[in-house]
Amino acid sequence: MVQPLNYLKETSSQTAGPYVHIGCTPNFVGIEGVFEKDLGSGLLYNEKTRGERISVRGSVFDGAGMPLKDALIEIWQADTDGYYNSPSETRGKADPNFTGWGRSPGDMDTGEFVFETIKPGKVPFRDGRPMAPHITFWIVARGINMGLQTRMYFPDEEKANAADPVLARIEQKSRVATLVAQKEEGNVYRFDIRLQGEGETVFFDI
Amino acid sequence: MSASANQRPETGAFFARDRAWHAPALTPAYKTSILRSPQRALLSLDGTISEMTGPVFGHSMIGELDNDLIHNYAQRGESAIGERIVVHGRVLDERGRPVRGILLEFWQANAGGRYRHKKETYLAAVDPNFGGCGRAITDDDGHYAFRTVKPGPYPWPNGVNDWRPAHIHFSVFGHGFAQRLITQMYFEGDPMIWKCPIVNTIPDRAAIEQLIAPLDWSQTIPMDARAYKFDIVLRGRRSTLFENRLEGN
Repeated sequence: MVQPLNYLKETSSQTAGPYVHIGCTPNFVGIEGVFEKDLGSGLLYNEKTRGERISVRGSVFDGAGMPLKDALIEIWQADTDGYYNSPSETRGKADPNFTGWGRSPGDMDTGEFVFETIKPGKVPFRDGRPMAPHITFWIVARGINMGLQTRMYFPDEEKANAADPVLARIEQKSRVATLVAQKEEGNVYRFDIRLQGEGETVFFDI
Repeated sequence: MSASANQRPETGAFFARDRAWHAPALTPAYKTSILRSPQRALLSLDGTISEMTGPVFGHSMIGELDNDLIHNYAQRGESAIGERIVVHGRVLDERGRPVRGILLEFWQANAGGRYRHKKETYLAAVDPNFGGCGRAITDDDGHYAFRTVKPGPYPWPNGVNDWRPAHIHFSVFGHGFAQRLITQMYFEGDPMIWKCPIVNTIPDRAAIEQLIAPLDWSQTIPMDARAYKFDIVLRGRRSTLFENRLEGN
């Protein structure tokens, strides 16, 4: 006999269900007075935050092309210099006026999510090569058994995207485009997420 | 976070997720998963700093009644109706170490199985003194606690006669965005657990049992509330002692 490898097993994920908003954005569904405001809602920046202001909008579509109206989207990103506001960030100190985290429920009628944030700087891949500016997404909803992880890249960073070590790992090159947002007027980026089928977004096992 | 103040933050990559332990994306008996599950393989990515870091929330954000669902939506002097319970436990990583200072959010139906939500149409009554949401931050031992009423079972339009077992939803942050987890807690002895298509999305019985909170008599408060213990395990981090030294790190 050998010693047992007595690691614990990770708690299994379960779907967030249709009423995820009760716990994560209660004010959004009219449960007011419990929390002052919904965590992660509103602007990700304040007047002191450094960096270029952008809006990120999009919808999550199911395999029949219908937008999800009950999804909850979270983002996590670096500051304008490429530092994360996290205790695990050891390379330097992030902009104290930028947490880098946001949460948006889709609009109940259209399903569209919105983040008012800044454009992130480049952060290094594990071997030190720079990754192109990106925002990490986490998507939960009814019918999704475990949160889906993906990344949004910027269409105006063609050169950096071409050198990005993560995008380079996508074998079917036509799928790279599913991770690149579309630029709209006035610093608005549209990032639609397709869960299934034609144009299916690349999701990661991170 | 006094005990952790003199510890270096952990920066190692996370243990890979055991995706045979978790539910697969496509679980047809849970009908909504059919059109909401990716058909292509996930692209594996050993954690970069984008996933190994994550947001941390301060204790200062937590209000006095945030972990008391019996009172946090109730009129002054009133309380929610139902079986009064305490739910408590620890958040550990796969190496058995406490995960300190992390945010947990919980939500649930009231004692009759009715959610307070605009899109909810179940005919069971809303409790005017019950909102159904709460949150807590783990202490230095990884411990959390809240009090609430035991939620009722709830019918849902999946099969013709499907009912959810009594459950409380949990949203858990870790120290890295890759640890982000949403799950559901069930109650010991509930015969409906094994009939539920959402529970049964999980293929491994032991993984399901990990979601069932036992009645914890030792923490039951006499003449007040019974207690259930629900421990949560997040992904472990590899030690950085012998991690490859990489350019730029």
